Amino acid sequence: MKARDILPLALLLGALALTPLFASNLLLNFLVSALIIALGAQGWNLLGGYGGQLSFGHAALFGTGAYATAILQTTFGVNAWVGFACGIALAALTGWMIGFLSFRARLRGSYFALVTLAFAEVLRILANAAGFTGGAAGLLIKLEPSFANFQFASRAGMLWVVLACILGVSLLTLWIDRGRFGAQLVAVRENEDAARALGVDVLATKLRAIALSGAITGAAGGLYAQNFLYLDANIAYGTWISVEVLIAAIVGGLGTVLGPVVGALALHGVGEVTKGLLGWMTGVDLMLFGVILIAAVAFVPAGLVGALRRLRMRRATP
Amino acid sequence: MILLSVEGLSKRFGGLLAVDKASMAVPEGSITGLIGPNGAGKTTLFALASGFLEPSAGRVLFAGEDVTAEPPHRRARRGIARTFQIVQPFQGLTVHENIAVGAYLRHAGRQAALDAARAVAEEVGLAPLLETPAAALTVAGRKRLELARALATAPRLLLLDEVLAGLNPSEVRDILPVLRAIRARGVTILMIEHVMQAVMNLCDHVHVLAQGRMIAEGPPRAVCNDAAVIEAYLGHGAAARMRAEGGAHA
Ligand SMILES: Nc1ncnc2c1ncn2[C@@H]1O[C@H](COP(=O)(O)OP(=O)(O)OP(=O)(O)O)[C@@H](O)[C@H]1O
Ligand SMILES: [Mg+2]
Repeated sequence: MKARDILPLALLLGALALTPLFASNLLLNFLVSALIIALGAQGWNLLGGYGGQLSFGHAALFGTGAYATAILQTTFGVNAWVGFACGIALAALTGWMIGFLSFRARLRGSYFALVTLAFAEVLRILANAAGFTGGAAGLLIKLEPSFANFQFASRAGMLWVVLACILGVSLLTLWIDRGRFGAQLVAVRENEDAARALGVDVLATKLRAIALSGAITGAAGGLYAQNFLYLDANIAYGTWISVEVLIAAIVGGLGTVLGPVVGALALHGVGEVTKGLLGWMTGVDLMLFGVILIAAVAFVPAGLVGALRRLRMRRATP
Repeated sequence: MILLSVEGLSKRFGGLLAVDKASMAVPEGSITGLIGPNGAGKTTLFALASGFLEPSAGRVLFAGEDVTAEPPHRRARRGIARTFQIVQPFQGLTVHENIAVGAYLRHAGRQAALDAARAVAEEVGLAPLLETPAAALTVAGRKRLELARALATAPRLLLLDEVLAGLNPSEVRDILPVLRAIRARGVTILMIEHVMQAVMNLCDHVHVLAQGRMIAEGPPRAVCNDAAVIEAYLGHGAAARMRAEGGAHA
């Protein structure tokens, strides 16, 4: 890896890690929420941005990570960190299974998108009806701040854990981007037949991508559970998270390491400001997200990171 | 040794028998031609040989092993590389990245794959265009890219589906020595080609497919004078007419 690749990552995450020195709790809360979405969007981006498999149902992975983390603690008394790790593994498995069922049936494009949406909706309805998820009443994790419980008295603690996850995933993404698996994944995105002719096992490549994607978005779900200490089916498996991770990745820049992070911060920033100004209109932030998505697809198809990169190149070669 | 052989291969698309009990053998180290009129089933035969289509009947043997049931990526690993008649570049990637995807089949590391890709680009004359986006290539460039990507998988057998189609005569002349050099370093070539100048120039042996059936084979010159082949291309009675006209001129 070259310094040029690492530098923007180090600067952005470094600056975010220093915010607790001066920022208010309000701002820190905002950052933690936005960065959890950013992590989820990084997971979506691996499958959607690099692999070209656009999912509308990443809630299935986010929710599995969140519920597993929470239920293992509340019902089975498992340590929170262990629960979190199990949540990541279960979300990866869920991703793999969704992939196995849909990719093996050769579902692509909008068919794949619809099937993922259906999986997430089925899980949402089941979680809403089942007993062990707390049903419609939801699930509370007992407030007991300590490092061992994965709960932090100060907002900075959670912020740093989320940033550490984002750093790890960014390095993983960068490593994939620079290696054989990444090249094969992008080849599958660009042209499946050509990839196959060059010896790429298309199904295995997609399955690996969706399992990794599940692990990452599942981690975001687990962090969400630990941050808010409350879940219900509409939070964990709700369409909102499927939509937010997708928009953040597209607005930030598909198939880039930092795009999803930049996209999530920008979207949440805009969302908070409009909620502040137009709070009486419920759902105004979601409407705005829709408008931003359309504008991004129409005017900056390479996303914010892509646009920045182009600006820098234009300045480098006058 | 016979590197590739197809035995009694058939492929049915609904009511259409695109390939009909076709058999042929490709000796290792040869440049073998596969010719035939439009719609004869040549591309379908390639798809069967490379695993993109499952035959309705018959077998495909590679280096003596039955590979009929293997998916394309496994056959690629064995050393069968195909190009597409309708070029299939990875549009969003550069020429270098396109070729590297092929090279990753034999090289796990990024640097090794990129170096191998550069060497192949030099071999087929794409070296000056390495950083060009594939979408920006000319027709001739795209054909070379198809060839380069296939070659980057370090194949034992190259299946070339009309890599010369759409090239002007001088571009064809430029690429013939490239193909000869590829064979000279030990890669066996089976090529579908309509450009007869190239077939005459390159091929040791030619097979002729018409309406799914193998109707003739032999050295290129003999095959071109074969009555059945002339009729397949020009219609019933054409061979006799030509002989009569040839007689009148003599
Ligand atoms: N997937 C398919 N489904 C249905 N019919 C097909 C399919 N692929 C090919 N065919 C038909 O099979 C026949 C043989 O086609 P093929 O492409 O193999 O011919 P070809 O010899 O390569 O012709 P050309 O010289 O024009 O490239 C044609 O009639 C074609 O329309
Ligand atoms: Mg053809």
